[in-house]
Amino acid sequence: MAKITFDGIEVEVPDGTSILNAARKIGGNVVPPAMCYYTPLKGSGGKCRACLVKVTAGSAKDPRPMPKLVASCVTPVQDGMVVENTLSPQVMEARKGVVEMLLINHPLDCPVCDQAGECDLQNFSYAHGTSGTRFEEERRTFERKDIGPLIQLHMNRCILCYRCVYTADQITDKRVHGVLGRGDAAEIGTYIENAIDNDFSGNVIDVCPVGALTDKTFRFKNRVWFTKPVDAHRDCPKCAGKVVLWMRGSDVLRVTGRKNEYGELVDFICNECRFEKKEVADWTIDGPRHIPRASVISANHYELPVINPQVIADLPESTTKELQIIPRPF
Amino acid sequence: MGLKILTEHINVPGINTLETYRKMGGYRSVEKALKTMTPDEVVEEVKKSGLRGRGGAGFPTGMKWSFLAKPEGKPRYLVCNADESEPGTFKDRVLMEKIPHALIEGMITSSYALGARTSYIYIRGELMFVLRILEKAIAECYAAGLLGENILGSGYSLDLHVHPGGGAYICGEETALLESLEGKRGNPRNKPPFPAVWGLYGCPTVVNNVESIASVPWIVNNTGEEYAKIGVGRSTGTKLISASGHINNPGVYEIELGLPVEEFLFSDEYCGGIWKGRKFKAIVAGGSSVPILPGELFLKTAEGTPRVMTYESLSEGGFVSGTMLGSGGFIVMDDTTCIVRNTWNFSRFYHHESCGQCSPCREGTGWMEKILHRIEHGHGHMHDIDLLVNVSKQIEGNTICPLGDAAAWPVASAVRHFRHEFEWHVKHPEKATAPGAVYSGAEDLAFA
Repeated sequence: MAKITFDGIEVEVPDGTSILNAARKIGGNVVPPAMCYYTPLKGSGGKCRACLVKVTAGSAKDPRPMPKLVASCVTPVQDGMVVENTLSPQVMEARKGVVEMLLINHPLDCPVCDQAGECDLQNFSYAHGTSGTRFEEERRTFERKDIGPLIQLHMNRCILCYRCVYTADQITDKRVHGVLGRGDAAEIGTYIENAIDNDFSGNVIDVCPVGALTDKTFRFKNRVWFTKPVDAHRDCPKCAGKVVLWMRGSDVLRVTGRKNEYGELVDFICNECRFEKKEVADWTIDGPRHIPRASVISANHYELPVINPQVIADLPESTTKELQIIPRPF
Repeated sequence: MGLKILTEHINVPGINTLETYRKMGGYRSVEKALKTMTPDEVVEEVKKSGLRGRGGAGFPTGMKWSFLAKPEGKPRYLVCNADESEPGTFKDRVLMEKIPHALIEGMITSSYALGARTSYIYIRGELMFVLRILEKAIAECYAAGLLGENILGSGYSLDLHVHPGGGAYICGEETALLESLEGKRGNPRNKPPFPAVWGLYGCPTVVNNVESIASVPWIVNNTGEEYAKIGVGRSTGTKLISASGHINNPGVYEIELGLPVEEFLFSDEYCGGIWKGRKFKAIVAGGSSVPILPGELFLKTAEGTPRVMTYESLSEGGFVSGTMLGSGGFIVMDDTTCIVRNTWNFSRFYHHESCGQCSPCREGTGWMEKILHRIEHGHGHMHDIDLLVNVSKQIEGNTICPLGDAAAWPVASAVRHFRHEFEWHVKHPEKATAPGAVYSGAEDLAFA
């Protein structure tokens, strides 16, 4: 076991745990954002540089600080390590820089993007980005590529996290897509036009942190915050069959895997569950899906903050009017 | 003439053949090491020699060797990094082309020291003709019993392979090189684990530059103490310098570290001064990745002490007024050189060569290139200059591998030392974009 101090909070984790996972054990606001790291995928991480942290003491044995900021998702903890995340202005500055870099060539077509509302890049840039841009040049664009009838690839939106490549490597039988080219011309593709068709290929949609890979059967059907997510399951011979149904009225618009609070899939699901079972009758509904309050999907699902009634009574009438504090029958 | 360790016999006719090379005293170190020394003794000698990695970072080779993990039941590898692609650096190519056996001898001795049974020379894809020369030399060694099973009857066996890269600069980064050697996409790995623990095919691996490895035979022959006597302080031995640009005698020179830079640049034995009697404007001292320096700051530090050719002296003053010896690629520029154009050119190279794995480098190198392109072509704004510095700061230190730093340093240092040229380009675009136009220092840069 190793004991580390993360943002002034002590936490004990098994040896070999990454700094990011140690921070996730603490939870809350101190957890660094992660755009490319994905716990279920071996070898992922270290690419987006969103999770950079400052190590002010390497270990109890060797308390020298690390010279550079390190990617917390791939750096293992050492006993006695002291890490700064939100406490370090240098880290915050670097993260601002990473957001800027990720956004300069991102099309920012959120209004027509199916991922909007559940996009990691959106959340990341709201949390750490600035509203303006210093990029005056033309954005980089790619040729459109068709990768089959189920998955829509928008290469312009891709941030090259490599998650879909690892998923195809580790979850499906045979990987037919990968990263071609290098530098800012690097793109996800199949090289020779080829459909990504595999029982588990649909999982690349769920692991994609942005709208680069989206569900063709859900394309332009609805905004995700208008849909109602419910947990459901079925007996699937191929996968765990535990999914989230995104419903509008009694229509199942989309089926996805269940994700934890860090956006990571709990179980990978098969393409049959994802693309073919679009009737309520196919599923046993377990109950409403919990969506974090901060998510745009939760908009209008929660009431105004509860204010102590005693305080309201003492406020002048003009204030209460302005606040529009209306008692609700709950 | 200074002492020559690597290039002593470079002009001997037929030195590329095993016969002549042995006549000149070649492969003595193999006999000495394999027959009279234990592997640890060889490592100890290299440690004592103070030899520092010649690829650019200057990490002590002996220390790197001693970090090599030695787990049971796992092979160990020595990989020679011959993927020399840094603009301005061409020393390894000359060494391998002229004296291929110097590298092979070093590979055998070093592999013995590290306990490697299979070693690789990863050579830049563009150097196919050098690869042929090396392969021919290796075939000669196999025939002479210097490679293969039971070398010289010592019981030690080694297989040596040459592997060409596909022409990517990034594959000169050691972990990207290993990925490429494994047949994968040449993306640098996250470190730790370092190659000494998890390298080629997941086995402990040492990756060394050609010149470092070629220095090992002399160290074994003449002991590490003797090697440490050459040079100054922690910069021991000799170093190959590839001198190019606006000098009278461009070429590859072997110098003893500690040589005054003034002597190196201006004496006829070496560079022979700036060509056409022009003024010395600026220099990139260690390959395109290191900070660019104005001439006067290169000859003397900010405090006024004359610089000498050592790792320490060149980096004196940090990044504010110093640079790095790097891989020894001297690019000398006279006063007709436009620094903005030069910086744009470097930036274009890094934009082209970024692997695209991590976001600051992938997006940032392209961004810097575009800004520099605009300034150079007369479409820049004043705020672009600060933006450039800021973008370079956002890349520097935040990437997986040092390519991000290498892309950021030339830009940041060019703006630091030659800001007036950038401002001139912005303020007088019509003059700056005229063919051959260079800022002369006479223009009024004050803004109304």
